Amino acid sequence: MDRLISAILIGLSQGAIYSLMALALVLVFRSTRVINFAQAGQAVVSTYIGWEVVTRTGNYWLALPIAAIAGAVVGAVVETFLMRPLSKRASKGAIAPVASVIVTLGLLGVLHSGAAIIWKGDQKLLESPVSAMGITVGETVYPFSQTDFLIIGTALLVMLTFSFIFQKTNLGLALRASAFQPEIARLAGVRVDRIRAIGWAFAGAAGAIAGVLVTPGSALSPNSLDLLLVFGFVAAVIGGLESLIGAALGGILLGLALSFVGLYVGTSLTFVVPFVILILVLLIKPSGLIGGRKGRNA
Amino acid sequence: MNGLVVSGFSVDHGAIRAIDSLSFSVTSGQLAAVIGANGSGKTTLLRSLSGLKQPTTGQATWQGISLLGKKPEELARQGVLHVSDGKSVIPELTVKENLALGGIWRRDKKDVAAATAEVIDLFPRLGERMTQSADTLSGGERQMLAIGRALISRPKLLLLDEPSLGLAPLVIEQIFQTINDLRLKLGLTVVIVEQNAMSALRIADIGVIMNLGKLVAEGSAKELMNDPALRAAYLGY
Repeated sequence: MDRLISAILIGLSQGAIYSLMALALVLVFRSTRVINFAQAGQAVVSTYIGWEVVTRTGNYWLALPIAAIAGAVVGAVVETFLMRPLSKRASKGAIAPVASVIVTLGLLGVLHSGAAIIWKGDQKLLESPVSAMGITVGETVYPFSQTDFLIIGTALLVMLTFSFIFQKTNLGLALRASAFQPEIARLAGVRVDRIRAIGWAFAGAAGAIAGVLVTPGSALSPNSLDLLLVFGFVAAVIGGLESLIGAALGGILLGLALSFVGLYVGTSLTFVVPFVILILVLLIKPSGLIGGRKGRNA
Repeated sequence: MNGLVVSGFSVDHGAIRAIDSLSFSVTSGQLAAVIGANGSGKTTLLRSLSGLKQPTTGQATWQGISLLGKKPEELARQGVLHVSDGKSVIPELTVKENLALGGIWRRDKKDVAAATAEVIDLFPRLGERMTQSADTLSGGERQMLAIGRALISRPKLLLLDEPSLGLAPLVIEQIFQTINDLRLKLGLTVVIVEQNAMSALRIADIGVIMNLGKLVAEGSAKELMNDPALRAAYLGY
């Protein structure tokens, strides 16, 4: 029973981080049809900026919003100065459908190398502001810490904020309209280019928060968030790639699956499970758990 | 000159010339019907007037100011509203959200509210379906929604692409009647692109007949309707 509770709580905490990364990928995909592989690089650069803040001020609570803002700025810059001109210039020929994805891979390499040049390749530690030790209840020590609560709480806050913005504000309406039907949105007077940059900024912020939340559990290096990108992608596919709620649920499901397999079967399988899930989802229900038109609204 | 002036207008789709040196003009407050079969370049014409596409050569001005080289969203904000063919609504959004899109960028929120009330007054069926998603609407209701959304932006020049597409004859008559009432009431200048020549010319002041990207005839709608040669060759009745 204790094991079961632990598996669920750890699954939720890890899953919350995957959800944030999935959210970052879905936000970009549904508005520009691009799988943004550079998100891992954008997130790692933002996390390094968060690390700088912690190193200089010792304040993790300050690092979190600053990294998020840095992530947002990086996202908006990538959209405005790279993706937008690219979609105009590489709009014809064999390269057109894949140009954007290839560029995000290239950008990932550039961001990796850039981070390695600026911050060196060695592993940096980012301490959690709250205890990372298992919580003790009575005699039992659960492998679940205050840090896990911090992760779940922060992720929940981010998702609630996003859902409020998307469903209740004019900006959210413009974001959805620009993602679903850019041409009609333009004809209605929506400045779609600007709105897209804002969408990329939100994605960048989500990825940065995921990076700052996940790093205290391991260490920060130029490639340290690559696996998170892969897990985020699997979560996004589980959720149908277009749905924000799907991304959140996909992340939680993946987190739970990994946690259960790790606790009951063995940690050696942890790296196989996401890929098996990815293949199964694509084979059995390629539109994801919340796919199709319904998913786009969610 | 006042109104819409198109001159020497040519538009290419790659190697294909979709519109070939077209010239015509519409005085402010007039309703023009652009008639032609599929592939005559009508839709391309509207797309080029609303900034979705740029012509290869030629000019297009509205109230003396060029329409060319501007983004569709900027033209929309200046009162040039293009309701694209058939169902120019966003099916993933609710009726209310579709209408709101026409006003979210406008500063005068009081007037947005007033315009929205006017649209609901004009199309009560939209008012009853505000929280429904737009893809649950019938073809006629979608057309009302698309026109309603454009009205909330307070248009001055309204470009309508085949408002009759896919609608039942009775609904077509209602939509055209509404368009005519609206432009008389609001002093709108309207360009309607149509295959349904009869319905469009009946409410139009002037007619522009196109074939394979070229101007065939331009003149008062009444005269065009009564020209036996044009009727047989292009108007199909």
